[in-house]
Amino acid sequence: MIKKIQIAVTVFLLTALSGCSDPKSHATSVMLLLDTSGTYTQELNKAQSIINYLLGTMNSGDSFAVARIDSGSFSEKDIVAKMTFDDRPSAANTQKRTFQAAINKMVDEVKSSTYTDISGGMLQAIEFLEETGAGNRHILVFSDMKEEIPKGHIRDFPINFKDVTVTALNVTKLRTDNVDPREYMTRIENWRNKVESSGGYWRVLNDLDRVEKILEPVD
Amino acid sequence: MTFSEIMEIWWPGHAGASAIIWLMIIIITMWLARTPAHRAIKSFSFIIRNAMRMTAHSITSLEKHLEDRNREVLLNNGLEETERYIEREFQRVEDVVTRDLSGYPSLQRELKDQITKIDNDYRESSEVPPMPQNYIEAIDSVSKIKGNGDPMVTRILGEIQTTMKHNSEKEVAEYRRSSKERHSLLKTMMPYWRNLSKTLSSVEKKIVGLEDRSKVIDAQIEKYEQIMAKTNLAERVLSSSAMTQFFTSGLVLLIALLGVYVNFQLIALPMSEMVGGSSRLGPMRASDVAALVLVFFEIVLGLFLMEALQITKLFPVISSLDDKLRKNMMWVAFILLVIFAGIESSLAYMRDLLAADREALTQSLAGVIVEAPEFRWITTVGQMTMGFILPFALMLIAIPLESFVHAMRTVLGMVGVFLLRALAFAIRQLGSLASSIGHIILNVYDLIIFIPLKIESAFKVKNTESALEEKKETIESPAVKSQAVVNQDEQHNPSVSQ
Repeated sequence: MIKKIQIAVTVFLLTALSGCSDPKSHATSVMLLLDTSGTYTQELNKAQSIINYLLGTMNSGDSFAVARIDSGSFSEKDIVAKMTFDDRPSAANTQKRTFQAAINKMVDEVKSSTYTDISGGMLQAIEFLEETGAGNRHILVFSDMKEEIPKGHIRDFPINFKDVTVTALNVTKLRTDNVDPREYMTRIENWRNKVESSGGYWRVLNDLDRVEKILEPVD
Repeated sequence: MTFSEIMEIWWPGHAGASAIIWLMIIIITMWLARTPAHRAIKSFSFIIRNAMRMTAHSITSLEKHLEDRNREVLLNNGLEETERYIEREFQRVEDVVTRDLSGYPSLQRELKDQITKIDNDYRESSEVPPMPQNYIEAIDSVSKIKGNGDPMVTRILGEIQTTMKHNSEKEVAEYRRSSKERHSLLKTMMPYWRNLSKTLSSVEKKIVGLEDRSKVIDAQIEKYEQIMAKTNLAERVLSSSAMTQFFTSGLVLLIALLGVYVNFQLIALPMSEMVGGSSRLGPMRASDVAALVLVFFEIVLGLFLMEALQITKLFPVISSLDDKLRKNMMWVAFILLVIFAGIESSLAYMRDLLAADREALTQSLAGVIVEAPEFRWITTVGQMTMGFILPFALMLIAIPLESFVHAMRTVLGMVGVFLLRALAFAIRQLGSLASSIGHIILNVYDLIIFIPLKIESAFKVKNTESALEEKKETIESPAVKSQAVVNQDEQHNPSVSQ
């Protein structure tokens, strides 16, 4: 009888333990890439409000980083701030305050870059997201999506966007786009193909009033 | 081979003609196979109907079994409940008797003393003083006697009158004094009367209370007897009572569940400060699980406390414990509950702090500078109080839970009986439907082959007619006629034949 009870308890415990393990991480990690080329720096105030919104919505265990897109973005030097928020909500709040201060400082001191290395920034972002090991991975690109790479930099190779949601924010139309809108559409379409062909999800969000949709999964 | 090829097999290129040939073949085949086909259809529908009826019969007997079992459980529960009720009523009567009527001898003594005193006083006051003699008429008569001018007689008469007047006044004074004494004695009896009346009133109240209790006990005994006799009325009353209890306690439990949710919300956020906000157990956050565990643990402690207090009887093991052990258990549960309530109250305070910090951060992120609200302490105190009281409030879940569990057995049994009855009915109907479908198929079969059937019928009629004609001709022939006459005579006169 006792043996039967022992077996039953063991089976129950094993079942319970197997039920507890959750292979998928529920944490969210976000990398926001800020375009600092040319006149786009004037748009950074909008980016600041988005960062503040994200800081308000992210929870303990989530990771958040903000990096610049400049002439050569595949570099740690371009990361303005990055944090994985503490398990305790009170400590996480303190981290968020520090993060906000770092962003404010960057916005005040930012200088325009000559080129726009979006692909380099994307590579940097994927590396960061990979390191966090989060289940939900987002790259937010605050840019006009017009890439201008310095001579000698190689970026024409496929990037692995598997399970990463890339959201292009505030994709402003350039003067040339106004002349020929197909240029704008082609630019967006190229990025979509690049992301989706390697298993990622693509989305464009120009209306910043619908900022709450930023971290929603793509349909 | 395609369908159209098969169709045109008899006359290629003429689908219509081929179809007619096919139709004729089918009709003739069906006509030839009519009898075995009819037999097969009838057998098949009969088998289905019988199988369905047997299944329905089995389900009906299962339903009957379940109904009997339900009835048994219901009556047993009713008996137990009534026994408990009667026991409690007797306990109350015993309490009244022990508390109030145990002092009956002293009460009787007191009453006797008071009655004796009243009796003595009454006896003393009953000695009525003699009425004063009627001196007035005598004095009046004396005063009317004339002295005839004799001063001696006049003086004597005057003295007699004075003496009589004096005596009269003396006697009246004595009478008045005596009456006064009597009245004062009667006056002293008043408090005794009042006391007596008061004592008797209290006795009456107690007796009336006992009488009321006895009426309740009578009603319960009657109910008990009806349950023992297993009457339909008792069963109906108990079923109705169980249904009412089920829905009422279900509603209360639903409200209690909302209370659990409120309690959970109160401590979930601060729990993330203790166990971390990012770790998870399955799909749930560890902090949420910890908060739920805390709330459920408080409920369990509350259940144990109610059991130890013998308010509920969900766990027979606890009720059957030694009284001392049970009391110890009660105290342990109560102290733990108080500790948990304290923890919850402090968590509620921490929640308020965290909420304030979060609010400040949100405002800072939004670039708004807002001063802290003046009466924030009210929310803090409210949350802390709620955190302390909710565990004790949730403890009361035990009462509706017990009723729900008890009533659920009856209600589930009734639902089970209803479902089985509905199933048996549906299966029986399916059986009847199968039988009807069999009849319809037979009729449709005959409808398809109605032409050969008509021809067959016409042939049969013709054959019958010719057979009848042949018979008629045979009967009408002379040889047969004479034979018939002989037979007739033999029937009328049997001796001729002998």
